[in-house]
Amino acid sequence: MTADLETHPALLKLREFDAQAVEDVRTFRGELTIYIRHANFLRTCEFLRDEPSLRFSFLADLTALDLYPQEPRFEVVYHLLSLQNTQRLRLKVRVSGDDPHIVSAISVWPSANAFEREVFDLFGIKFAGHPFLRRMLLPDEWEGHPLRKDYPTEGYR
Amino acid sequence: MPVTLERIPGHEERVILSMGPQHPSTHGVLRLVLELEGETVVRALYDIGYLHTGFEKSFESKTYSQGITLTDRMDYLSPLSNNLGFCLATEKLLDLEIPPRAQWIRVLLTELTRIQSHLVWLGTHAIDLGAMSVFLYCFREREEILHIFESVSGQRMMTSYFRVGGLALEPPLGWLKGVQKFAKSFPERIDEYEALLTRNPIWLSRTQGVGYISADDAIAYGLSGPSLRGSGVDWDIRKKEPYSSYEKFDFKVSTRREGDVYGRYLARVEEMRQSLRIVNQAMEGLPEGPVKANAPHIVMPERESMKTSIEALIYHFKIVTEGFHPPVGEVYQIIESPRGELGFYMVSDGSPKPFRCHVRAPSFANLQALPKLIEGRLIADVVACIGTIDIVLGEVDR
Repeated sequence: MTADLETHPALLKLREFDAQAVEDVRTFRGELTIYIRHANFLRTCEFLRDEPSLRFSFLADLTALDLYPQEPRFEVVYHLLSLQNTQRLRLKVRVSGDDPHIVSAISVWPSANAFEREVFDLFGIKFAGHPFLRRMLLPDEWEGHPLRKDYPTEGYR
Repeated sequence: MPVTLERIPGHEERVILSMGPQHPSTHGVLRLVLELEGETVVRALYDIGYLHTGFEKSFESKTYSQGITLTDRMDYLSPLSNNLGFCLATEKLLDLEIPPRAQWIRVLLTELTRIQSHLVWLGTHAIDLGAMSVFLYCFREREEILHIFESVSGQRMMTSYFRVGGLALEPPLGWLKGVQKFAKSFPERIDEYEALLTRNPIWLSRTQGVGYISADDAIAYGLSGPSLRGSGVDWDIRKKEPYSSYEKFDFKVSTRREGDVYGRYLARVEEMRQSLRIVNQAMEGLPEGPVKANAPHIVMPERESMKTSIEALIYHFKIVTEGFHPPVGEVYQIIESPRGELGFYMVSDGSPKPFRCHVRAPSFANLQALPKLIEGRLIADVVACIGTIDIVLGEVDR
């Protein structure tokens, strides 16, 4: 299983394009997860979108994970879809818990807009370059970010 | 302060209008901020969150089986599709095989869900644009489907009928008679709606050329489902990445090239006909056998066996008090819900509760295209455009 995912076309192309960008690779139940280094992130995304044999033109989903108390604390998760090849790919970028921020992907996939606002609202991760980064689901004066693991589910805050 | 639009200097004559969240044609609690020059929308902004209930946080404090009941309440017009997505994601984590009969019944019921969801869409869309009678007809047929849901699950809307490992219970004897009766009468009912709308000059002038979006833009803005297929993109998850044995059913993906409100209307009406074909095939080929997987540590035992078997009693106790432990890992399971790509991103840390369960809600993504659809058009077209992307606010806000 692992062996043939190592020869996954997206992973091969990506390594060919920029071997430094790939930080780590995981597989589970036939799904491929590639960890991308933050510094190479936007370039990598543009490559995945524009490379004619890949064409990951559809950003299906964008969300985050809080691995508290681990450091780096957050992982921002991108689910890409290639309509041309019927192929899916999960990208992850590790983000530090201390002043969490990452570059916005709107310039690559305009649909990232609302998803990034949602992640900002519920996790408090800032997206540099987002044109309208403010709370979306919660009121502006809300304190804290509910999907963080240190945010209580019950009781008086 | 609620979200608003800043005035542009030199354009003081423009009116900034807040539409919603109580406006009847926003289909729930959607608020729009529109900048108007005369009757033309210059800029638009949407404001959501009025129905936010923190489902994703709640999932983390519930066992997998308990989480199913939350999914009903997200997209409340297609509860069974949400149940299916959640169950499939959990089953993928567990690597669990589902018996064919359960898969067939799942397909049958989710296609009925698609029909009833499209009926609500058609009825409300038509009433927004002034066709009152279509609304009444659509809700008449929808009620028949809800009766079928009630007969199998005991609930009209909050069904929670699909469980991890199969179905909650075997459907009652004779339930297929109700489905047959519906399937027999429904084709001419669709003809009736089409007779009222498809060539109606008022309907045409309100929908043709309104809310146009090109295929490239639709992909860039993350549209999915009939809203994407209305722009000519041939993409249906049931065909391209089949789940729950959809590959065994014969149906056509309804794609339209128009890209406007009318095109998406035709795509959805055709989709109802195709769903009915799947329902008929599922009824004809419905296999015999169990409706629950053979996995005693995951699937609740039968009530009767608990009275005679100590193992069943122990498993019951374990499942109820603790739950089951999927292996550490993460999956992204997608299904074609009536609104588009419904994805469940489920992360397990090995405990009986999900570490994280994120829902990729199609309505949330589709809503992003709304400003694009309405900017530059008349304010009367705004209601047509809200209707055409078919959003459910319970799912947008989660």
